[in-house]
Amino acid sequence: MEGSGAEALLRSVCAMNDPEPREMLLSIAPSALPIGISGIEKRFGGVSVLRDLSLDVAAGEFLTLLGPSGSGKTTLLMILAGFVRANFGSIKVGGEEIITTPPHRRNIGMVFQNYALFPHMNVFHNIAFPLKQRRVSAADTAERVEKALDLVQLKGLGERRVDQLSGGQRQRVALARAIVFEPRIVLMDEPLSALDKGLREHMQIELRNLHRRLGMTTVYVTHDQREAITMSDRIAVMNAGRIEQIDRPEVLYARPQTRFVAGFIGDSSFIPVECRNGSVWYEDRKIRMAAMAPSSGSHLMVVRPEKLRLVTDAEPSGSVNVLPATVGDVIYQGDSFVCYAVLRDGQQVTLRDYCRSDVLAKLPRPGEPVNLGIDAEDVVLVAAD
Amino acid sequence: MQSARFEDLGGPHGTLNADALRADARRESFGLLALLSPGLLLVFTVIIVPIGWLFWLSLYDETGALSAANYARFFEQASYIRTFITTFKVAFFVTGACVLLGYPLAYMLSQLPRRAASICLIFVILPFWTSVLVRTYAWLVILQRKGLANSWLIDLGVISQPLPLANNFAGVIIGMTHIMLPFLVLPLYASMKTIDTDCLRAGMNLGASPAATFRQIFFPLSLPGLASGVVIVFVLCLGFFVTPALMGGGKVIMWAMRMEQTTSLYSNWGAGAALGVVLLAVTLALLGLFQWLLGARATGVWSSR
Repeated sequence: MEGSGAEALLRSVCAMNDPEPREMLLSIAPSALPIGISGIEKRFGGVSVLRDLSLDVAAGEFLTLLGPSGSGKTTLLMILAGFVRANFGSIKVGGEEIITTPPHRRNIGMVFQNYALFPHMNVFHNIAFPLKQRRVSAADTAERVEKALDLVQLKGLGERRVDQLSGGQRQRVALARAIVFEPRIVLMDEPLSALDKGLREHMQIELRNLHRRLGMTTVYVTHDQREAITMSDRIAVMNAGRIEQIDRPEVLYARPQTRFVAGFIGDSSFIPVECRNGSVWYEDRKIRMAAMAPSSGSHLMVVRPEKLRLVTDAEPSGSVNVLPATVGDVIYQGDSFVCYAVLRDGQQVTLRDYCRSDVLAKLPRPGEPVNLGIDAEDVVLVAAD
Repeated sequence: MQSARFEDLGGPHGTLNADALRADARRESFGLLALLSPGLLLVFTVIIVPIGWLFWLSLYDETGALSAANYARFFEQASYIRTFITTFKVAFFVTGACVLLGYPLAYMLSQLPRRAASICLIFVILPFWTSVLVRTYAWLVILQRKGLANSWLIDLGVISQPLPLANNFAGVIIGMTHIMLPFLVLPLYASMKTIDTDCLRAGMNLGASPAATFRQIFFPLSLPGLASGVVIVFVLCLGFFVTPALMGGGKVIMWAMRMEQTTSLYSNWGAGAALGVVLLAVTLALLGLFQWLLGARATGVWSSR
């Protein structure tokens, strides 16, 4: 499966996205430590919330726990912070076991979902709070708070009361408070979920840049797959207390290993296929795929809307598979259009393409028969459940 | 009827239907006033009128002549001043005792799981459903010279002589604290419940020990609730009658008892009314003072939404 042409392309794409090599950044923040989570088990009453969960986070890595509500991602974060006690397991930070260390001695910064700013303190005292607990001198505190305010672009707002701040500003104060004492690890529990869309996207970029500058090991929790893809070095997709797949965003998107991951990250249609003697069959058509086909059994072909395209030829040619279908509906969305089509066996698939003039000229109408093409490179199979 | 007042688009720009809209707004406020009127009438007849009458009464002496004698008496007779001081002393001690007992209780309730908390709350509220008179007599049974408390302590050999627990100042404090405790616990509990657990978690996460988190975060955030509980208890204590009358054994004379004596024993309605007016004025002044001292903190700093 690995090492195909698509893979090489992906690597070059992410190299473009990541102009500064990570190794260089790590040298800026020598305090970043790796986290080793192993065998974590947590039950509430009789219900298992986390099952034998193991996960390694590299020093300076930005790792996202992504999953639907109830998948256990927040519980895992609470166990990392020390607010929830696990039934079994071990958490090591830089090789040191912290599973029984009380929260106030863990030296882990955390950004809460609702920010949890102290309403009876102004911005300065909120950010100075962790320094006060560590008995940092007043002069030193003032200097470090000033620096932290500068870092989150809130210079000069130290005297503001918390209720005089906008949502985005509170978010930044919470962030400044979580990093001002230079913690070894920073945890973030859906910190952007209360912001509106535009601000959220802006903060995603800002958080990512801040992480690159400071290089602290970060564990980020979200249920927003787009946010996870935008920000993370690696994403751990969680479902029902387990990690379904953990990998870099581009690999997760291109090569999901389970139906859940394929469905949770990006849009997908699933086409049932049959594997016989090392080749893959959809009805009477042999599906060409670049990766090794499983030898036997029922599988699902993961079809991403943007990987499908309209082709004129009804017969497969070269490395392109062709699926005949009937157009159900075409929805114009300005920059792009979405075409819902039904395959011969009644299976619905979705196609998305940008509205270039050549595409718009040949836009199909509802009820019209079309041929959908998908490259062998883009064919991904997951096990049918 | 209405349609006749609507104007055509031909009218001057910016005044289209101005009169009709103004009349509509007026109709709405009249409608609301009409809905409000029964309540306003009730407040007027059962509160404003009697208080005005009380004030009016206090201006006449025993002979029925208009005079300030009823008020002058406060400064002339030492017993009035003593009663005044006793009243404040009792209110002060009872409030203090309520805070000492009620704060830990409210804290415990606020930290318990929901179901356990509501069961415990029933025990706080239960005394509310029992008559104050019954509860006070129960305390007399427990605390008097040959009561339960003294006989047990003597049987256990802790003391040899019975402790003076009833028919004195201590008895009044004990009895009143029991009656007043829910008035402190309930608002305090309600305000503690609104303290965000994530704020406490954040405190610990940022390096504050549980004790430091309590001191620096939980306690300051619970102050508005504590303040309102303290004000309620203190003000209620100032006018309290049944418990001090029974538990004090005639030795602890509070303001309300003085009023009762003046009106029913001496039938001096003018003097009794003056006592009532002074108590009302002092209470209002105190409320104003509390508002001034705590209002800014209670309403301003942490009313963050």
